Amino acid sequence: MTTTDTPIDNGVNVQALLDARDALTGAPQAAQFTWRASTEWVNGTHSNSKVEGFFGLGEEHLHRSTFSFDADHPAVFASEDNGATPVEYVLVGLASCLTAGVAAVAQNREIQLRSVKATIEGDMDILGILGGDPEVRNGFSGIRVHYDIDADATQEEIAALVAQSQKRSAVFDVITNPTNVTVDVN
Amino acid sequence: MHTTTVVIGAGHAGLAVSHFLSARSIDHVVIERGEVANTWRTERWNSLRLLTPSWQSRLPGLQYDGDDPDGFMTMPEVVAFIERYARHVGAPVHGGTTVTSVRRSDGGYEVATDQGPWETRAVVLATGGFNRARVPAVAGAVPASITQVTPIDYRHPGQLPDGRVLVVGAAATGVQIADEVHRSGRPVILAVGGHVRMPRVYRGRDIQWWMDRTGLLDERYDEVDDLVRARAVPSPQLVGTPQRATLDLNALTDIGVQLVGRLAGVAGGKAQLSGSLRNQCTLADLKLGRLLDTIDEWQREHGIGEADPPQRFAPTRVVDSPPLTLDLGADIHTIIWATGYVPDYSWLDVDVLDRRGRLRHDGGVVIDSPGMYRIGLNFLRRRKSSFIHGAEDDARELVDHLTGYLAGAPPRRRHDVAVQ
Repeated sequence: MTTTDTPIDNGVNVQALLDARDALTGAPQAAQFTWRASTEWVNGTHSNSKVEGFFGLGEEHLHRSTFSFDADHPAVFASEDNGATPVEYVLVGLASCLTAGVAAVAQNREIQLRSVKATIEGDMDILGILGGDPEVRNGFSGIRVHYDIDADATQEEIAALVAQSQKRSAVFDVITNPTNVTVDVN
Repeated sequence: MHTTTVVIGAGHAGLAVSHFLSARSIDHVVIERGEVANTWRTERWNSLRLLTPSWQSRLPGLQYDGDDPDGFMTMPEVVAFIERYARHVGAPVHGGTTVTSVRRSDGGYEVATDQGPWETRAVVLATGGFNRARVPAVAGAVPASITQVTPIDYRHPGQLPDGRVLVVGAAATGVQIADEVHRSGRPVILAVGGHVRMPRVYRGRDIQWWMDRTGLLDERYDEVDDLVRARAVPSPQLVGTPQRATLDLNALTDIGVQLVGRLAGVAGGKAQLSGSLRNQCTLADLKLGRLLDTIDEWQREHGIGEADPPQRFAPTRVVDSPPLTLDLGADIHTIIWATGYVPDYSWLDVDVLDRRGRLRHDGGVVIDSPGMYRIGLNFLRRRKSSFIHGAEDDARELVDHLTGYLAGAPPRRRHDVAVQ
């Protein structure tokens, strides 16, 4: 780490996060969050999802604006390609979660970031989803993330940022560990 | 019966407290459900040795003086050392006495035992941190055909059925049992979560020598960055053997142990394993690198005498695609839960536990219960608190605090005492 005259600023308010951890340790019920999305079928494999509100700190919250996401499948699936495929949203979720973590951990460790770029790939044998081979799972057979990071830090410190961001990542946990999923219908 | 201080537990920590209480002429008793060093006698596996070298086994007023200071004590040797310490201290041990409850009373605490109650102004809980195996809830979903064993019950591989064994947890206990069981001819699969990798010997010295001399083990609980994390750090992957062998994950891979990710769930007779193995190993490798950097820097600046040149160890080897499920019925005959230990406070009838059942304390001074103290927990007051030699500083400081409490705090009055 080099010494700089200007304070380290990756745009993450680490103090607020540390304060929240202290406050929520004393009031664990406030730490219970529920995240939501609503999805409506459009046509074919095209759907539109909206993310608007969530629950946490004991009350409902609204995002600054409603976020909208179109999902579809590409032409090679005989679809109209009106949006990214759902599995690509999963990759987006993982890469953005890890990248947010890199920034937060860097801030906490007083490492100034100059650029952080991630590329992410997930391999899939689509015979699984097509039902063509019962031995093949539907989901990814493996996911690879590659980071290019330019920062005022040694290679080891940068590697530790990336490792720590995986350790504290919600989406990394969601993908690497099982989760109970309940789906019902009216 | 009345006394000033009751110490519960005659292990090394309770006896160290007794030493300082005696030095201050504070009347006390040490209550012990079995004999001195009971847990070391009855709740450890046969081959276990301390993972700290014998020279490091020092208690206030007694230092190891045997002929193998660089060796590692067997359990009978540990018991003999602690027995000798009890005699050395002249500790007033009441053996064969089980505490059934501790509750507040007018003058402090009433300690009820199966041999009658004690009234005392202060009480020190020295009952150990390893009373029960911490077995995760998923154990309940394991098929009944599979033998489940905890390290508290484990004695030797011969007690296990033949066939493949899943060892869950890769701290000191997990890697030691995995090594022994695999060598017995029962192939081991080791489920690895967060872990601490260490070489037994670094630059010609035991790793504990470096940890000791550099002051790393003296780091205080009120100085560490993240105490919650520091207290949850697993014990290092170390074993005490005459060969001074390193027992990291690569050493286990070398003998044929299969590494898999953390056990995340059990469903439909299958164990679900986390996909985080590679990152867990990367984190441990990086952390080891930082430890060795710290040691090298210390040796450059303060080192006395010669040391072998600095060395870096090969990264932990992880196969390309570790399995994500295990068919428990078909692949596994036994599961050993090396997933940690928890203290037992079932006899403590004072409201001092948090919602997770952990004692609320500030460096061993129990919060909201004046006159109650705890010793012998991981990172109680220092990184070394869980080691035998860690008892000395903790016991001295807690007895200092206790002495102040006895001098300054008048006995509490009962609310219903008539006002004059």
